[in-house]
Amino acid sequence: MSDPVLAEGAIKKSVPQTEKGTSLWQDAWLRLRKNTFALLGLGVIVFFCIIALLTPYIAPYGYEQQNLMLGAVPPSAEHWLGTDIFGRDMLTRIMYGSRVSLMVGFIATGVALIIGVLWGTIAGYAGGRVDAVMMRLVDILYALPFMIFIVLLMVVFGRNILLLFLAIGAVEWLTMARIVRGQVLSLRRQEFIEAAVSLGLSRWTIIRRHLIPNTLGPVIVYTTLTIPSVMLLEAFLSFLGLGIQPPQSSWGLLISYGVETMEEYPWLLLFPGLALSITLFALNFLGDGLRDALDPRASRN
Amino acid sequence: MMRNKIFGLTVLTTTLLITTLLMGGCSGGENNVTTGNRDGILHWGNGTDPQELDPHIVTGIPEHHILTALLEGLVAKDPATLEPVAAVAKEWSISEDGKTYTFKLRHNAVWSNGDPVTAHDFAWSWWRALQPALGNQYAYMLFPIKNSEAYAKGEIDDFSQVGVKVLDDYTLEVELNNATPYFLQLLDHYSMFPVHRPTIEKFGKPDERGSLWTRPGNFVGNGPFTLKEWKLFKRVEVVKNPQYWDAGKVKLNGIHFHPIENVTTEERMFRSGQLHHTGSIPIDKVATYKKDKPHLLHTYPYLGNYFYRINTKLPHLSDQRVRQALAMSIDSKQLTEQVTKGGEVPAYTFTPPNTLGYTAKSAFEFNPEKARKLLAEAGYPDGKDFPVTELLYNTSESHRKIAVAIQQMWNQYLGVNIILNNQDWKVYLDSVGNGDYSIARAGWIGDYVDPNTFLDMWVTEGGNNHTGWSNPRYDELILKLAPTIPDRAMRYKLMAEAEAILLEDMPIIPIYIYNSKSLVHPSLKGLQPNILDYVLYKNLSLDPSLSGVNIH
Amino acid sequence: MFRFIVSRLLQAIPVLLVVITATFFLVRAAPGGPFSAEKTVAPEVIKALEAQYKLDQPVWQQYLSYLNDLAHGDFGPSFRYPGRSVDELIAGGLPITAELAFYAMLVAIIIGVSAGVLAALKPNTPQDYVPMSAAMIGICMPSFLMGPLLVLIFGIWLEWLPVSGWGDLPGDKILPAITLGSGYAAFLARLSRGGMLEVMSQDYIRTARAKGLPEWVVVLKHGLRGGLIPVIAFLGPAFAGLLSGSFVVETIFQIPGLGRFYVQAAFNRDYTMILGTTVFFATLIVLFNLLSDIIAVWINPKLRHQLREGK
Repeated sequence: MSDPVLAEGAIKKSVPQTEKGTSLWQDAWLRLRKNTFALLGLGVIVFFCIIALLTPYIAPYGYEQQNLMLGAVPPSAEHWLGTDIFGRDMLTRIMYGSRVSLMVGFIATGVALIIGVLWGTIAGYAGGRVDAVMMRLVDILYALPFMIFIVLLMVVFGRNILLLFLAIGAVEWLTMARIVRGQVLSLRRQEFIEAAVSLGLSRWTIIRRHLIPNTLGPVIVYTTLTIPSVMLLEAFLSFLGLGIQPPQSSWGLLISYGVETMEEYPWLLLFPGLALSITLFALNFLGDGLRDALDPRASRN
Repeated sequence: MMRNKIFGLTVLTTTLLITTLLMGGCSGGENNVTTGNRDGILHWGNGTDPQELDPHIVTGIPEHHILTALLEGLVAKDPATLEPVAAVAKEWSISEDGKTYTFKLRHNAVWSNGDPVTAHDFAWSWWRALQPALGNQYAYMLFPIKNSEAYAKGEIDDFSQVGVKVLDDYTLEVELNNATPYFLQLLDHYSMFPVHRPTIEKFGKPDERGSLWTRPGNFVGNGPFTLKEWKLFKRVEVVKNPQYWDAGKVKLNGIHFHPIENVTTEERMFRSGQLHHTGSIPIDKVATYKKDKPHLLHTYPYLGNYFYRINTKLPHLSDQRVRQALAMSIDSKQLTEQVTKGGEVPAYTFTPPNTLGYTAKSAFEFNPEKARKLLAEAGYPDGKDFPVTELLYNTSESHRKIAVAIQQMWNQYLGVNIILNNQDWKVYLDSVGNGDYSIARAGWIGDYVDPNTFLDMWVTEGGNNHTGWSNPRYDELILKLAPTIPDRAMRYKLMAEAEAILLEDMPIIPIYIYNSKSLVHPSLKGLQPNILDYVLYKNLSLDPSLSGVNIH
Repeated sequence: MFRFIVSRLLQAIPVLLVVITATFFLVRAAPGGPFSAEKTVAPEVIKALEAQYKLDQPVWQQYLSYLNDLAHGDFGPSFRYPGRSVDELIAGGLPITAELAFYAMLVAIIIGVSAGVLAALKPNTPQDYVPMSAAMIGICMPSFLMGPLLVLIFGIWLEWLPVSGWGDLPGDKILPAITLGSGYAAFLARLSRGGMLEVMSQDYIRTARAKGLPEWVVVLKHGLRGGLIPVIAFLGPAFAGLLSGSFVVETIFQIPGLGRFYVQAAFNRDYTMILGTTVFFATLIVLFNLLSDIIAVWINPKLRHQLREGK
């Protein structure tokens, strides 16, 4: 997907920022606390993370434990979310899957976020040749055949979960960089930046204290949209052999298996799908809340 | 509230507008089966997209289906018995020693442009099929013919030394290296099909790959159908060939071959009445069809073996006992009943049982106790200290399912932890070809109905061996002794001895005998199941009165 | 502005050159050649095939002759489909994929913009939450799930629409267009909601209302014009994304489009086809990214000013 939020930010006007970096976050937290939906979203995410951490201790069955004679059965007292065609407990598999999916979702998105924001800010702020070279590099990476790249990664480095983050990060930071650059371009000539320059602040300080915070709105929105698509991308990479291997599972893989049998065993699709959807909604509420809380103009409303 | 209405209205009108746009020239919504039954057009699900329609270049089963409709060899098969039946050759005789075949061609066989089909056509076509520059991957199908292998490899330049002789326009004599009992069977493989020389020469050099002679309008064939349309990734259309010598028997007016890689899509197309016949069926749907609509599901044993290769070059897998232990702890009965579910037969030999009267002795069985003992003897009691071992398979739903089940069986019965590893097709081929694996999934489909097609691959350094396994007695039996014996029973005895060696050493683990599985609309008549999944399209017909049969 | 476009077009040349070079060597480094098959191919056959496609030459020579052919508009022959040139294959698949992408975009715009605008008119009410939640479902549902689900409901159970095909049966373009478009609808909904919220609080909207204009005139005429600018900026890159990302939908619905060629070529190691489609898509990406940047400049007077100063 390309930059949906590029221009949403572009028309937003920023006001001079007089607070110090720390108080920005304190203010934001105060505002966020008043937003019920955002808190609910945060609660859900924290809850899922805790479950994921505790899974090895609280899961009702082993994730690889088969019962071929049982096969796929709908939800019952022994198996709350049913079993798959190998007779493996779905609840257990979704819980173990959340470990992979949440980790991939947060870490890979985090990698993309850091590279993308830095790259975009530097390109946008430096402008001229530097900008041109940096952004053409982004164009090049957009255009390379992703599948061949993945296959090569696998051949050169073997299968490795770190590689998964690298591969996902490698594609996802591109759009982020474009969005941030667009934002920074429109901020660059604003009065408050020029004021900061005339005050003699160093470039790095300006980037860190004035530019990045002002790009956070669209970045947060895009990030919340990225996390679920990263979770699904993991399933595709596993399909190519780069990601995790059976009997391990992830939400993306469980969903893609579930699609195959959605008529015969709908619960195999429904429950992992719900897990992903709930996460997505929670992230979106949290994201919207964060954006409002971090919006320098928010106090106006 | 006003503005909501306005918006609702705008949305509604635009949606309507788009809908009409997308509908295009809207006419009645009849499905392919209904129109096909009325017009005599068969809609056939045909797997992957055909690469080419040149019989001396192609390699796949989808191409095979289309080419058997477009071209005809000297001899065909009876789909019920797989015995040879007359095609372009109306009769043939075999010499005493089984090495010389004389074919009498029928005089009324013509190309679709009216030219007669003669013995010269066959000689020229086989000459062409052996041209090194053409890159014919199935040239080896002609290798039973005397000196053809040397010619294809460029060792001799003179085609007159190859055992193909035109005695007159309608008589062809073929001389073989050895008495090859399955030679007649090879004649309806596409690599032995005739091609129309003037057409090929009109569009390029005889050994030129991909000249335009196979395009609709250019293609000249001698089969029951002719090429009408070829849309890449969409369909190949053939129509009845009125020039065909047996045209009176052909009941279909045409066939549409639909290339559908995705089996789930294919099943849905079948269910909505877009196909008469599917090439396959998703693994998870088999049980449903078996239970609810058994009359639509056609399964039949198929001349192929699903098996695992073991890399005998690895230290721990070079131990025969370890290999046997792995084989004996796979419960293939439970696997086929609970996982693949398509009525596959568990395999305890490599050659499918009763391959033209040949059945190898079963050397192993599912026996977890014995397996544990063997593994302990090899130095890994209860799987302790068993080295890291990977099971490699190419990415696919069914391979994954089988691997997951077997991984668990090995863990349960032997206590060993095997890691699964899937790779995309080309990477997988590369890994297996280079011996860069521990255990790898594989499948082998016989080229013809004879144990030789299953056994000659395991000779030392055989092109398809890839296990590093080698046994001098086995090589002797397969390469030296068996080919020279004209008597079938004697030959089978030698082959059985060889297979027993193979199954004792276990460089491979046979898992199950393939099953051809397809969905067939009740209006399609004349299909004869056989172990080659071989179809003679001129026998098929459509019954319009059954168009409306409920297939849901 | 003119100088900006010219300089960007000039920059496209090294970009494409790097893409071509990198792809050329990447595909050759990937394991598994175009001619490997399950039944081992005889070495002399492989040799003949490699000679035919000039794979027996030194790699740098292959590279130079590829560049030379490319300069003459020749993408070379496909390795997988003997007798088909890559030009021919792309020319065959492009119109279909372009049509699919166009319909998908229409679907995305209609669903996305109406949801976004509806939501923005009454923020933080059910009229906001319901359409926005519906739009989010579009993001949750990857096309490999959305496609089969739609087929099952509308194709198999209700029997309203064909389950596959493109231009063969009436209505067979509807489900693929919706499947491909729905993911983008969600993005558009968020964009247009943001844009409209921004615009509807502007002074000129208040002025328009004060003039006593009917509300729908205010919304449609004045609101949409400003509110949809971010949407327009998004369309360029999104369209390029739709073209190259249609593989899943084309596979589910049996559509002979370019997206399938692109992915199949990678699976088949059809070197020339991978290169051809990559070059083609790279050009599109460069062009559409440029287009989106031009729009961004055009709607932002400050940026325009910067450009005029020559940075």
